[in-house]
Amino acid sequence: MHVPDGFLDVQTSVATGVVAATAVGLALRRSHAELDERAAPLAGLTAAFIFAVQMLNFPVGVGTSGHLMGGALAAALVGPWTAVLCVSVVLVVQALLFADGGLTALGTNITLMAVVTVAAGWAVTKLVLSVLPGRPGSVVPAAATGALLSVPAVAAVFLVLYARGGEASLPIGVLTASMLGWHTLIGIGEAIITGLTVGAVVAVRPDLVYAARHLRPALLVRQPDGSMVPAAVEQHSDQPPRRVRTIVVVGTAVALVLAGIVSFFANGNPDGLEYVAADQGFLATAREHLLGDFALADYGGVGDVPVGVAGVLGVLITIGLGRLVFRWAARRSDAGDFRALSR
Amino acid sequence: MAGGHAHLLYRHGDSVVHQLPAHVKLVSLLGFVLVVVATPAESYWAFGVYAALLAAAALVAGIPGDFVLRRMVVEIPFVVFAALMPFVSTGERIDVLGLSLSESGLVSAWSLLAKGTLGVVASILLAATTDARDLLVGLQRLRLPARMVEIASFMVRYLDVVAGEMHRMRVARESRGFQARHLGHLRAVAHGAGALFIRTYERGERVHLAMLSRGYAGSLPLSDAGPASATAWTRALLLPGVAFAVALAGGVWV
Repeated sequence: MHVPDGFLDVQTSVATGVVAATAVGLALRRSHAELDERAAPLAGLTAAFIFAVQMLNFPVGVGTSGHLMGGALAAALVGPWTAVLCVSVVLVVQALLFADGGLTALGTNITLMAVVTVAAGWAVTKLVLSVLPGRPGSVVPAAATGALLSVPAVAAVFLVLYARGGEASLPIGVLTASMLGWHTLIGIGEAIITGLTVGAVVAVRPDLVYAARHLRPALLVRQPDGSMVPAAVEQHSDQPPRRVRTIVVVGTAVALVLAGIVSFFANGNPDGLEYVAADQGFLATAREHLLGDFALADYGGVGDVPVGVAGVLGVLITIGLGRLVFRWAARRSDAGDFRALSR
Repeated sequence: MAGGHAHLLYRHGDSVVHQLPAHVKLVSLLGFVLVVVATPAESYWAFGVYAALLAAAALVAGIPGDFVLRRMVVEIPFVVFAALMPFVSTGERIDVLGLSLSESGLVSAWSLLAKGTLGVVASILLAATTDARDLLVGLQRLRLPARMVEIASFMVRYLDVVAGEMHRMRVARESRGFQARHLGHLRAVAHGAGALFIRTYERGERVHLAMLSRGYAGSLPLSDAGPASATAWTRALLLPGVAFAVALAGGVWV
């Protein structure tokens, strides 16, 4: 998935370059909190680890294989900011020492594979963690779900970039269906490897998994008679009550399914590039339907599939904004009042 | 690790290109690729000139053609993508050898292949003539944040160690009869990856402690040969300079 030179036009490459530079700059500042001053050797070794696991290939259907992107895995293991930093370094080294990924496309590659995978993977991981019981083991399904969704998220952002700065007049609807289809499959492979890897680390060194750091098991004290009693530790929980969490997650899931998958099927032509290439009759009709100016016209309004993508992005953005507003509100008002209100 | 920090693509030599400072080569590469990317796909001859320039650079650097060709496999996924374009693109259709192809799709497939290939070959030439350590010093001279360069230098230094560890794990699995045949087998592989992460992270902690005990105070000393001479700049900028001049003279952007 390393984008080569000349795939996107110069404006798009520059724009993604600015995004990448900003994200890396922020990550340089913020990763201090995750790794303190041990940053350089640990982040470097983590980057080497990501480079190594990216060599893991897994089969996706007939004759195609995907490789691990590792963004969600890195975020769960070392924290999101360090993950952005590590994956970016991996991409720089791959571009310069291995000629993998174009130099002018470096910004695009960092935006896609370091920023979007980590951001999407981490957001989903946190969301899933907030509903699961507070045990270190909960990190495994959370990280797997994050990895599962991070890959189609990258595909979706890639499509948006391609619609803006791609050089060909590809029918975006067909391209979307095919890209999201394949990348959902790749996402399943990514989810399996990520979940199992995080599971293996949690089993041995739960303290190393960043996402599980606040999920320490309760401290037990052995009594003289041999029974175990929880130690009297003052528990401070700042998580919202369980019932609210359930509503939040079920609601989010329903919204995402409606926005993404249901509208996806509304298209009626969700087959891959090959099918379309073979079926010229369909292309003739599709052309009439899809000849609009995709590159600059409103992306969400053409065809049905882009609506699905726009829907998912819209839902995610809305949730993000909602959380921000709620957090702001919680900070403004008295915390007790707010809790009572949200029940 | 026997080969020091020599990496996969580096090819030892002492040609003019090898001796150029890394940051000069990086600027030269970036300039060249920018000219290539900004050239419209319809200027077919210009891409021929760019390819000839790269061939000349490879000749001067003493990099054989088959070395470059073998490394070009990284491009394959996008070659497949480019090959599909003429079939699925919209727009005017023309008949080529009995197939109905999209004209704009053909042009974009050509553009993708030409620009992508030139970019990959140029990057291969940089990687083949520049030592990993020199490249890191070059990145620092180009004002990449010092911490980023440090992280990259640790990554490059330990890449062989980590990859070697992963390779040994694979040998261990396979010598016990393991063969990855379906998705269920990912379990064994992923457990290996988990163990690899723990070993890697713990190695990082040990490396950090070792550095502290030797007086590490937050930044690494990176030796630097100093600014590049004017001759070096002139030589390195010959590649993007000529490419730009040819494109300009040929009226590519008119």
